[in-house]
Amino acid sequence: MTAIVELWNSLHPMLQAVIKGLAVIGVIFPLGGASSLVERKVSAWMQGRPGPNRALPFWVAWVPGISLLQRLGVFHLLADGGKMFFKEDSLPGHVNKFYFLLAPVVAMIPALTTVTAVPLGAYVDEAGRVVPLILANVDIGLLAVFAVSSLGVYALILAGWASNSKYPFLGGVRASAQLISYELSMTLSVIPVFLWINVPGGEGTLSLAKAVEFQSQPGFLGGMWFIFIMPIAAIVFLVSLFAETNRLPFDMAEGEADLVGGFHTEYGAMKWGLFFVAEYAHMMIGSAVFILLFFGGWNPLPWIPLSLVVGWLGAVSPVLTHPIIVGLLSLGIFVGKVLFMIFVFMWVRWTVPRFRYDQVMKMGWQKLLPLAIGNLLFYAAAIAIRDLQLGVAYWAALAVVTVAATWAIFANPLQKPAL
Amino acid sequence: MAYVVERKSLSLSERLYLPQIVAGMKVTLKHLFKPNVTLEYPDVRPAIPPGYRGVPTLVKDPNGREKCVSCQLCEFVCPPKAIRITPGEVPANQPDRAHVEKGPQAFDIDMLRCIYCGLCQEVCPEEAIFLQNTFSMTGYTRAEMVNDKAKLYELGGTLPDQHFKWDKKKAAEERGNPHH
Amino acid sequence: MSSAPAKPADLVTVNIDGKEIAVPKGTNVIEAAKLVGVEIPHYCYHPKLSIVGNCRMCLIEMGMPAVDPATKAPVMDAATGKQKINWIPRPQIGCGTNASPGLHVKTSSPMAREAREGVTEFLLINHPLDCPICDQAGECKLQEHSTAYGRGYSRFIEQKNVKPKRTQLGPRVTLDDERCILCSRCIRFSKEIAKDDVLGFIDRGSYSTLTCYPGKQLENNYSLNTVDICPVGALTSTDFRFKMRVWFLKQTPSIDTESSVGVNTEVWSREGVLYRITPRRNDAVNDTWLADSGRMLYKQVKADDRLLAPAIGGNSTGGDMALKAAADLLKAGSVAVVSSGRSSLEEQFLTKKLADALKTQASLVSRVGQGDRLLISSDRNPNVRGALVTGLISALPSQKLAGLAADIDAGKVKTVISVGEDLTAAGLTAAQLAKVSVIYLGTHNNATSAAAKVVIPTLTVFEKSGSFVNQQFRLQKFAKAVPGPAGVNDDLVTLAELVAAAGGGILPFALGQLWTQIAAETKVLAGLSHAALPATGHLLDASAWAGLPFCEGETLHFKPAAVPAAVNA
Ligand code: SF4
Ligand code: SF4
Ligand code: SF4
Ligand code: FES
Repeated sequence: MTAIVELWNSLHPMLQAVIKGLAVIGVIFPLGGASSLVERKVSAWMQGRPGPNRALPFWVAWVPGISLLQRLGVFHLLADGGKMFFKEDSLPGHVNKFYFLLAPVVAMIPALTTVTAVPLGAYVDEAGRVVPLILANVDIGLLAVFAVSSLGVYALILAGWASNSKYPFLGGVRASAQLISYELSMTLSVIPVFLWINVPGGEGTLSLAKAVEFQSQPGFLGGMWFIFIMPIAAIVFLVSLFAETNRLPFDMAEGEADLVGGFHTEYGAMKWGLFFVAEYAHMMIGSAVFILLFFGGWNPLPWIPLSLVVGWLGAVSPVLTHPIIVGLLSLGIFVGKVLFMIFVFMWVRWTVPRFRYDQVMKMGWQKLLPLAIGNLLFYAAAIAIRDLQLGVAYWAALAVVTVAATWAIFANPLQKPAL
Repeated sequence: MAYVVERKSLSLSERLYLPQIVAGMKVTLKHLFKPNVTLEYPDVRPAIPPGYRGVPTLVKDPNGREKCVSCQLCEFVCPPKAIRITPGEVPANQPDRAHVEKGPQAFDIDMLRCIYCGLCQEVCPEEAIFLQNTFSMTGYTRAEMVNDKAKLYELGGTLPDQHFKWDKKKAAEERGNPHH
Repeated sequence: MSSAPAKPADLVTVNIDGKEIAVPKGTNVIEAAKLVGVEIPHYCYHPKLSIVGNCRMCLIEMGMPAVDPATKAPVMDAATGKQKINWIPRPQIGCGTNASPGLHVKTSSPMAREAREGVTEFLLINHPLDCPICDQAGECKLQEHSTAYGRGYSRFIEQKNVKPKRTQLGPRVTLDDERCILCSRCIRFSKEIAKDDVLGFIDRGSYSTLTCYPGKQLENNYSLNTVDICPVGALTSTDFRFKMRVWFLKQTPSIDTESSVGVNTEVWSREGVLYRITPRRNDAVNDTWLADSGRMLYKQVKADDRLLAPAIGGNSTGGDMALKAAADLLKAGSVAVVSSGRSSLEEQFLTKKLADALKTQASLVSRVGQGDRLLISSDRNPNVRGALVTGLISALPSQKLAGLAADIDAGKVKTVISVGEDLTAAGLTAAQLAKVSVIYLGTHNNATSAAAKVVIPTLTVFEKSGSFVNQQFRLQKFAKAVPGPAGVNDDLVTLAELVAAAGGGILPFALGQLWTQIAAETKVLAGLSHAALPATGHLLDASAWAGLPFCEGETLHFKPAAVPAAVNA
């Protein structure tokens, strides 16, 4: 173990970076592909179909039990990938070639980069501290993720513009407007979380690992996940996340019914595949952040943090508390949660029809943004009351104001029906 | 006349929309675990219900004789003009069919045109053309998709016949005019 | 119908279904009813044949105004204030009843209706259920009348009669005796019109059978008219039998090109294929008849020896190349033009322009055969008078091109352009043809096309529109029934281009524009146009050619010699 660590530390930092990068690519790419297969299967099952289940390479057909994999469509994944790589990669004559080729690359960069700032699990070191598993443990964590992932939209705009064709252009325009609209609500919705975490006098942080740590404390309030503490923020964040990742019901940029294929109409083969993988990568990062912020990260259950589990394991056998085993355990828990989130993404996609574009805009600016601001004000006040220990009267006043405002917004008979 | 449709105003939960989405997700989740409703077609074949209108075919009578007399009514009635018939005379020296006099020399149904409407079957005065159970017609060329007379009889086979019209005609012909 | 208005004195007023109408004396009730737009169903009656009244389909209820037998004073009906009508208690046949003053007719009273239903039921008793294979289906009077006037269901459960189904009455007519309804139209036609009395009934009652007299055949050149007039599918054309159902066929009015009679015809085609030719009624020309020989002419369209591609020196080539080669020959000068009495008037007009441009006089080949005093005249060209009218020729043509032969022998002619005429048949020897360059415009291969330097294919009468002038100087038009072979230009286009090549200027080749010019330049055609020509034709003023010794003898509606043609209308 230590030998491996030493070997690793002795490597040139550049080499370390390259290996880390390759690892990311090696994980994200297959995951993106696998997600596409899962998507097809989930949609099929929800629609009462068997889904892809035919492909079977003839040279493995003799393997007993292979037909289960066949029926799960595993080989379709390989076939899809193979097709993507080997089909003719046509380049339309009317496009701006440089930017046209650049766009898929630009799409991949933020998708892969953000992974580095996301902690994937944790282990407990000898000193009993919980150490996050993260490629780049930067303190600005969330900010980095936000900053880089917003760059993803440039790929869409670039693709739409460089295609030099009507529908891609409209798709690009839609994507950019949508991104701006929902970026605001998303950011506003996470501010209360960090206001909560950064207690006065403590060390300021935006680290996602810290957010998880905060949800792993003992006690009723300490072990409570943020989804319970601030549900409105969680909902706003989740909805914005759908919009940010261009997933149904917000896939206005693709909208095959009205825009053919949207921004990627002119793309084919692996160039199109890159957009595809980038979309799933965004989904995964977004889900990971959501889990970290609101669903307790790698903690198995609310009020049962990882360290507690490690304690139980230690009681069984000290071997089980070895950092590698704990790390794998936490990784498993975390990845399981992320995969569930991705399933939720698909679940929503095959349930909810696409919004109209004006509805998307209206929802972003007129509903979510005010909600996020109100949410922020509420928690700012609440945190102030808590931290300054102002007493029951203030809590009561806050409750009255909140109820009044909620009534004014939702139950006001003068208000026109929404959407 | 123009009239105004009053929109029902939405309830709070409808306006919030999220409960609706959750309700929808409940439905889709239920379906996720329900058995599939589709058939895995080439492996599993659907049961063809009676009265199914598949590929139009020509049938023979129980004596194996051609029933079609090339009256061309089906050609006339066929909405997409899928049927082409070249009528011809049945020679007088053909013992079991001589009294029929007329039969198709060529009979083509262009399955790229046919819309499976069944009007040909409906109109046929000789009950010679039937839309039967074949539902899948494929081919690599346009020519392959044109069913000629031989193919039509191969697809059609023999159907039970209650009328034996030609047998009656033949019997009458052999009996001749009873008063002579 | 003859359009000559009868003098008022000849008119009698009758009342049919409550409508008063004045009709010429001698008109029968069926024709009178037709004038008021009422159809009286009939089988045996035919307007051009004698009346026998044996089918009983035309039964009507009939009455005459009542008069007091003693005083002869009209008996008035107190209720209506009009003269009382004495209705005859039993139905009468409409075909055998002539209009008389004050005659009252009810064509659809309960009595008349019941009578028809009864007749129809009797006719159907022994009629086979052959409609699916019967060629008459679709134009069968029995079908139509059974639908319109029949009972709608059958009460007959006994065995139907069995009769011979495929009797060859003659080389062109097949008889199905089961279908015959014994109207005797065919018998009367053979006797009265074709003057070949070979048909008759044998046996009695429901065993009556139509046959030829022993040892005879229905083989005269008018035998197929019996097929036309047979109201059911008993008589069928052996040629058309089982070829195509009539409801698929498109009808195009045309003219029989056999002879100068100019029989009006109907050409039946489907999707560019001709199936049959039948007569078109024109009471001034052919009544409702057409010779059998004229019905077979459609076969020339798909004949094996049809010219389909232009050729230069025997090698097929493109249309432009052939036209250019012809133009070169024309420009070289010393050209003789041989025109045809089978060309349409429009083509003859353009041929005249061609001859004018080449500064020569066109010759025309006459064709003379035996006239049959009915619908085939001895002048076997349909349009010699058209050539006279357009000025293409000024004297009657001869059968042999003696003058042209002499000119060739004398070396005065270097090029001969023949518009549809076989020069060998017209008396030129192969040696003479070899001395000149021949440009041949024609539809079929022959000795001339084989010897020609340039061959330009043309269209048959079924593939183009135009007009002919018949022996009565009646201008009649025909229309295009089917498209010509691919790559063959319309004859008018070809001729107009040749005229242009010969320096005759640009002439229109579209019928409408061409007729504007023809009407402007030809005195007897002034004010006429192809489009406005009535279906029965237009009689031209023939006085300019009254003195010419035309070869025709008498035909159905034509008397030769001193009598001016217009009187025969
Ligand atoms: S199939 Fe029937 S309708 Fe068609 S031509 Fe034959 S007999 Fe007539
Ligand atoms: S089923 Fe309908 S479309 Fe097809 S051949 Fe018969 S009539 Fe024509
Ligand atoms: S064959 Fe025809 S025309 Fe002649 S008698 Fe019979 S039904 Fe009349
Ligand atoms: S038409 Fe008058 S009896 Fe036949």
